[in-house]
Amino acid sequence: MRMPWRTTESALLRDVALVCLADGIVGVSFGAIAVAGGLPWWVPVVMSLLVFAGGAQFAAVGVVLAGGSPLAAVAAGAVLNTRLFPYGLAVADVTDGHWWVRLLGAHVTTDESVAFALRHDDPARRRSAFWTCGVTLFTVWNVAVLLGVLAGSMVTNTAAFGLDATFPAVLMALALPTLADRRTRTAAFSGAAAAVALTPFLPAGLPVLAALSGLAVGRPGWLGRPRRPGWLARRPRRAVAAGATVGELQAGGEH
Amino acid sequence: MPLLAIAALAAMTYAFRIAGPLLRDRVTVPPAAQRFFTSAAAVLLVALAATSALATGHDFAGWARPAGVAAAGVLAARRAPFPVVVVAAAAVTALLRLGGIK
Repeated sequence: MRMPWRTTESALLRDVALVCLADGIVGVSFGAIAVAGGLPWWVPVVMSLLVFAGGAQFAAVGVVLAGGSPLAAVAAGAVLNTRLFPYGLAVADVTDGHWWVRLLGAHVTTDESVAFALRHDDPARRRSAFWTCGVTLFTVWNVAVLLGVLAGSMVTNTAAFGLDATFPAVLMALALPTLADRRTRTAAFSGAAAAVALTPFLPAGLPVLAALSGLAVGRPGWLGRPRRPGWLARRPRRAVAAGATVGELQAGGEH
Repeated sequence: MPLLAIAALAAMTYAFRIAGPLLRDRVTVPPAAQRFFTSAAAVLLVALAATSALATGHDFAGWARPAGVAAAGVLAARRAPFPVVVVAAAAVTALLRLGGIK
């Protein structure tokens, strides 16, 4: 007889495996692109261990490979990772425990692990979904990046294989789910147009940051509206809205 | 990319990650701010995708790369699996270059 929990557990493992497979391929391409672009092998490896956020890693390395300053690279990566803050609030209950459990849980907080946790209401299920995804993904991601580094250092002519096209393709696939929102789409397209127009004139890395001006086009209210007092108020309940945010990003298999 | 830059990005990333669990009893993020974070991330990703598809340094990258990225974009919009999207970008670009289109 099949026990119900066993069915859920195997479904969880299957879903985690699928997500890890997709992210593994992204990790391989990250490692390969970084070394093929001329960075030392340890840059993508150390980055994956310490930063462990695919979008930010791609962004930072992309800025550097385009000739941008490390400062612009760090800024681009950091802006991308601000979303981890609301994620942390959304899954604070599953990373509760010993101080080292909290520290570890924070490090494996990603789009994917948060999305897995938010699929369940039962505390035990949330916990097992979050940790199974988080720890597996951390392992798979870092092994994949290492494999990519090996592959990238063996391929000498990356242009012939079209590897330079995989980086923008990955970024676009990551962003696509969030573009369903009309105002985000307007902001993103105006920002991208500004960035492309500025690319011939500004030092590398800055055009991408200048794209953030598109946010003013997409939603003027953001800049004009007075800040509401809710920002530092005591929270009555868990941040529900994070579910929507994570859901949007998760649909792209982001990390 | 210097080790210091990686360390700085890692430290900021970890700060964003640990802030939620540490502040969860005191802070609430209004939905508008959540949407702002999501939009800012999307804007950066799209801008980076566009500039890295079209330019190498300050110059036009040629037609092969943006064509490969566009093909991948169509597949991604049609909800093709992630690996397919990535491989398609490389394949289209490589084939165009093989055919003499830079």
